[in-house]
Amino acid sequence: MIEAKTLPTSYVTQPGEIRTSSGKTLHTDEMIINMGPQHPSTHGVLRLEIVVDGEIIVDVIPHIGYLHRCFEKHAEHMTNYQQVLPYADRMDYVAAMNMEHGYALAVERMMKIEVPERVEYIRVIMAELQRIASHLIAVGTFGIDAGAFTPFLYAFHDREHILDLYEMTCGARLLYNYIWIGGVSHDLPPQFIDKAKEFCTYFKPRIKQFNDLLTFNEIFVKRCANVGVLPKDVAINYACSGPMLRASGVNWDLRRDDPYSVYNRFEWEPQVGKGEMGTVGDTWDRHIVRMREMEQSVRIIEQALAGIPVGNVQAAIPKRIRPEAGEIYARTETPRGELGYYVISDGSTTPFRVKARSPAFVNLSVLPEISRGAMIADLVLIAGSVDIVLGEVDR
Amino acid sequence: MLAVVWSALPIVFILLYALVTLYMEMKVAAHMQDRLAYMRTGWHGTLQPFADILKLLQKEDTISVAADKKLFMLAPYVVFVGTYGAFSTIPFTSLYIGSNIDLGAFFIVAVSSLVVVGILMGGWASNNKWSIFGAMRSAAQMVSYEIPTALTILIAVMITGSLNLQEVAKFQEGGIQNWVVFGGPMPLTQKLLLIPFTLVTFLILFIASLAEVNRTPFDLPEAESELVQGFNTEYSGMRFAMFYLAEYANMFLVAAVAVSLFLGGWASPFGSFMSGPVWGLFWFVGKGMVLVFLQIWIRWTLPRLRVDQLMYTSWKVLTPFLFVCIFAVGIILVL
Amino acid sequence: MSAVRGYFRNIWLALSTVAIGMKITFKHLFVPAVTVQYPDVKMKLPERARNRLYVNIDDCIGCDQCSMACPVDCIIIETIKSTPDQDLGTTSTGHKKKLHVPRFDIDIAKCCYCGLCVYPCPTECIVMTDVYEFSEFDRHNLIYNYSIMTPQEIEMATEKLKKAEEEAAAKKAAAAAAKAASTAAAQPSALPTTGGTATQNPKPTGPAPDSSQQPGNS
Repeated sequence: MIEAKTLPTSYVTQPGEIRTSSGKTLHTDEMIINMGPQHPSTHGVLRLEIVVDGEIIVDVIPHIGYLHRCFEKHAEHMTNYQQVLPYADRMDYVAAMNMEHGYALAVERMMKIEVPERVEYIRVIMAELQRIASHLIAVGTFGIDAGAFTPFLYAFHDREHILDLYEMTCGARLLYNYIWIGGVSHDLPPQFIDKAKEFCTYFKPRIKQFNDLLTFNEIFVKRCANVGVLPKDVAINYACSGPMLRASGVNWDLRRDDPYSVYNRFEWEPQVGKGEMGTVGDTWDRHIVRMREMEQSVRIIEQALAGIPVGNVQAAIPKRIRPEAGEIYARTETPRGELGYYVISDGSTTPFRVKARSPAFVNLSVLPEISRGAMIADLVLIAGSVDIVLGEVDR
Repeated sequence: MLAVVWSALPIVFILLYALVTLYMEMKVAAHMQDRLAYMRTGWHGTLQPFADILKLLQKEDTISVAADKKLFMLAPYVVFVGTYGAFSTIPFTSLYIGSNIDLGAFFIVAVSSLVVVGILMGGWASNNKWSIFGAMRSAAQMVSYEIPTALTILIAVMITGSLNLQEVAKFQEGGIQNWVVFGGPMPLTQKLLLIPFTLVTFLILFIASLAEVNRTPFDLPEAESELVQGFNTEYSGMRFAMFYLAEYANMFLVAAVAVSLFLGGWASPFGSFMSGPVWGLFWFVGKGMVLVFLQIWIRWTLPRLRVDQLMYTSWKVLTPFLFVCIFAVGIILVL
Repeated sequence: MSAVRGYFRNIWLALSTVAIGMKITFKHLFVPAVTVQYPDVKMKLPERARNRLYVNIDDCIGCDQCSMACPVDCIIIETIKSTPDQDLGTTSTGHKKKLHVPRFDIDIAKCCYCGLCVYPCPTECIVMTDVYEFSEFDRHNLIYNYSIMTPQEIEMATEKLKKAEEEAAAKKAAAAAAKAASTAAAQPSALPTTGGTATQNPKPTGPAPDSSQQPGNS
């Protein structure tokens, strides 16, 4: 088996270099292949220009921008801060609650609003449910990249339950506009808590089933182990965050290390990759970190459901959102990593500048580094394990 | 004249079988994934295979400008001929075998390697980088899995004593205990000694046959998520239908070979109860469909192997085990 | 030796995990499918479902709050002020209507279903219903016109408003002219001269240097 780490560097042809074999002049050249914007496996409209020597990759150049929708420019032209929220949803459409949470947190910190406790608990429940939903998509599509079509459908079946919970609460299944500045738009309906508890008990054996079917399957393990290894220092230098960083062995989770909302009241552990089936930081580690994070999210949700206080969820929503002139950078932990909003206010009701630091964009930048020396079949897995959503990459 | 009809019977069978298998594949896949497949064309989608075939037949026949026209047009037919030629020596029932030559099993292995040539032609002539990738991988895969297939056939031949598949099927008449996978009609001690090796051999034959037909976990040549469609990318319409038909025919071919050699062919598992020429056809097709169902089941469960892992499996796992089995079976037969 | 052990362990793991996976998919063959066969069977949406917008135009007071709240500018409202003698009635929530609404267009193709227009409406006349099957063949049919004023009514209202404004303007001009005339009549020789400030300044010339204030007076 060709291990990425043990590949001799002389195997990789430099452009124009003539490799000889047995003394005869043999001109070999590299092929440039385009995994174009439309491809069954790039998760969205991502164009990867791959320079290959046979099946070994020499270089990967990602081209992005096919889904750029000018979120930051739109935010400057809204009549108030509240109107930016539907746009923030649509950046990472797979994890919309976390996007809204980040933005609401930024503006609340700028205006120094204290939200009621019930609102914080509701936000945590929604954010963690969204984390589960997003990770289900990530691991499901990762399975498809590896060739297993069935686990994807099991994952989507579970995700339906989460989307039903959301629809019951705010009326929308994918793009919610639920977490508002100062509170949430609707209080939880009466049957939400029971249904959410039901979901938690239903979901735990499903994670186990998914692991049996895909994660610990020897073929899958052999495909993913030692592939796309991201060493610790490279991950930190490239500013990776989220499961990519934790899988490389760095125990850094914003919910614990830079706490926001009420995360510090719950008992849970950030999951770190240990290199169980290969090297620390390979694609299998990222996959298992995501699977285990789902289990931890279920833990958080159960604790939050048990301890949710009563209150008025719209008590702190300001009539007029007019922060004083200044700037703030607020970061949260989305399923993909560290999402930061840098908001500059000039004292009016419209934001002067909203910059979104999207985790997928930064994580994608490490792709060329970790895929040199891998094979094309591996590149698909590596790109899948970074877990990009192009809406967030391009904003 | 009779010879033409005689030799055209398998293609009638293949066409009918392809429709049934198309339906079975999508329904089994769907129910394994907790969903319904087609429900609207006919009762529960039974007319869907016809609709699929009709759609493929009426598509525009496009050949890209830079493609090698002759090879491009010839490739699907070469693949199909490679598969169909091997059908001539499969005993469907005690009264029907396309051509009763004494070299049946050997002939099958030889002719079915034409498929490799066809795939290489298709991939090269498409003038598309992804197709070339698929074709090269497929060629490497099929060539390396011919070895385990041939060795398992050798083991079965050693036990039964003849390359003629009709003789092999007759050898296993008389009930399930006489099947080669359970040691064949031998004295009890020899049988008990043989059983572990024949079971392992049958398992290896099944795995190797999965690789021969390019099905998951060995479907790298048509890995949808990587290569769009592999060597099939540029093909559409009737030519694609030909490739598809050839793939399904190949599925049944390898199942039929496994059934004839190891699972008793057309012989009934109950001995003389429910045996006879017509029952023979029922048993043969039934056992073949069980193996095809197994192939479908595995396809929708497992992920894909990478090309070097595929080679590793063939050369470093299957072949050594088979050498051990050959030695063991040889020694046991001589005892 | 461990390489050999690893080799056999790999084979054993491969076979056993494959068998476990196959068992799971086999069990799922007997689980009833979860597909809902739309359009024969339609799922019931929860009561808070956010789909197509609906406007009860009788309740609309023309305040333009929904149009300003929309992030994608899909609501276009035009209003005509009504004159005091017109009675437009009250809404079902008790608000008095003071504006005609000749144009209330929602381009539902632009709508992003965020629901931000629903909250500011004082009469709760714009709501999100649970209708999600509203495809059209022509894109222009997706612009919903909710106003019920006929062209004659619009013309009448515009005319009335114009007349009322003209009258008001005329009255104002007459009042201003009259005021100018009356002030001019009240002060015939009021020519601003240098000493004018003393007579025209009614303010007392500051507190007297308190010579009259005796300490004993306080």
